Amino acid sequence: MAELLPLAEAVRELVRDGDTVALEGFTHLIPVAAGHEIIRAGRRDLELVRMTPDLVYDQLIGAGCARRLVFSWGGNPGVGSLHRLRDAVERGWPVPLEIEEHSHAGMANRYAAGAAGLPFAVLRGYAGTDLVHHTATLAPVTCPFTGEQLTAVAALRPDVSVIHAQRADRRGNVQLWGITGVQKEAVFAAARSLVTVEEVVETLDPVPGAIVLPAWTVTAVAEVPGGARPSYAQGYYERDNSYYQRWEPISRDRQVFCDWLREQLGAPAPAEVGA
Amino acid sequence: MSAEPSWTPTEMMTVVAARALAEATTCFVGIGAPSTAANLARRLHAPELVLIYESGTIGARPSTLPLSIGDGELAATADTVVSVPEVFNYWLQAGRIDVGFLGAAQIDRYANLNSTVIGDDYRRPAVRLPGAGGAPEIAASCREVFIMVKHGRRTFVPQVDFVTSVGYGDGPGARERLGLRGRGPVRVITDLAVLTPDPDSCELRLDQLHPGVSLPEVQAATGWPLAAGDDVTETDPPTEQELRLLRELTGATDVDD
Repeated sequence: MAELLPLAEAVRELVRDGDTVALEGFTHLIPVAAGHEIIRAGRRDLELVRMTPDLVYDQLIGAGCARRLVFSWGGNPGVGSLHRLRDAVERGWPVPLEIEEHSHAGMANRYAAGAAGLPFAVLRGYAGTDLVHHTATLAPVTCPFTGEQLTAVAALRPDVSVIHAQRADRRGNVQLWGITGVQKEAVFAAARSLVTVEEVVETLDPVPGAIVLPAWTVTAVAEVPGGARPSYAQGYYERDNSYYQRWEPISRDRQVFCDWLREQLGAPAPAEVGA
Repeated sequence: MSAEPSWTPTEMMTVVAARALAEATTCFVGIGAPSTAANLARRLHAPELVLIYESGTIGARPSTLPLSIGDGELAATADTVVSVPEVFNYWLQAGRIDVGFLGAAQIDRYANLNSTVIGDDYRRPAVRLPGAGGAPEIAASCREVFIMVKHGRRTFVPQVDFVTSVGYGDGPGARERLGLRGRGPVRVITDLAVLTPDPDSCELRLDQLHPGVSLPEVQAATGWPLAAGDDVTETDPPTEQELRLLRELTGATDVDD
């Protein structure tokens, strides 16, 4: 049964140094508040996994929480680059960041294999791309029935997956709807899971198309109203597009970023700022 | 051509791309310029065009341009919203999509695309780009691929630094050898011209010049010796209706590009 916990306690209990951590959310329902709590908790040496690392991953990487990133598209959607991510990859600041890179289809299938308890998934992808020369978690495989050459991708099995959803009831059953990305797969693939929600209600009213994660499939639920901002929660609030634009100059400059960390999150600068 | 045209090269590019979608019934749309063109086509001549975004929104009908592939309006106006594994496996990979619409940081003579890194060393790149996203499988599995990029030597290179998405690989027969099911890139639409693959060599060649643009100008903006097809045509200038609808669309949206 899912435990209802305050966010800070849930993060300190479930996310540990050295863990493989997936904070998923495909533009919608991004667990930003949980990511900020990971920064405040001072976690280090994380292997961060996400199809679309965006601002909150830029912040986690810039704060020095990560040693490795597994992803398929990293950018500030509609704006440009993630400069903290680039600084870590290109110049090793504040710590060198190793990357493992896939396509979206590959990552989605890796989660699906993890959720299904299988060692790998199969897709008709990657053929002819240079991704195959740099990514150890994919390999060619021959269909035993037709002989077709396909690509096998290794299952993703995070130590902990974190997602945001619209609501949960007091027993910890979770309901989410709208663009649901790979959130369900990420929860099912992980050893532990934390779901932050807009609100905890007495009863979950049925919603067309909504996914329900029964309480026994989730480790912990934390009530965090606005926990996906500046992304959005369908039915609760809109995407704050101006925040994504405002992030650009903060992300560009190490010192400005460190000031942001201190002032907005109450977290210390990760290292000497340097040049 | 003495008078300044009443449109920008980017507007010309978008209008040409929108016109190209006249034949399509389903389109896998990337955010940015392709999304603008697809939404313009829906307002012009293709009201039934099914827009599919990789966030899993199928049949979206946004009233303004989305700023991200997962805007709430895409979900709210779609025929259906599916998970990301589903959109890639059941819809794209299975061959249900007519046209895939891609952009890139680099494109080479065989229409291979790079959106991963600039530089020779993948581990120590000169520039780290966002990465593949949905592009490799869009390029592999859509029946046809349209590419939209601005013309310049940094973009049109003899060979891409990293093959993120396969066009025609190293030439004739490459797609078949790789087992790619779609036909590949059938047109590259730029702010100067339209390039199409030569049927024999698969190499991109000039097919169409936008008004006021010359062949030497396009060749100078291309990093390999660009050949011209036998019947280079001039693009029809944007109509008043095309420009009006495009400006209404972009004007209603806070778009940087």
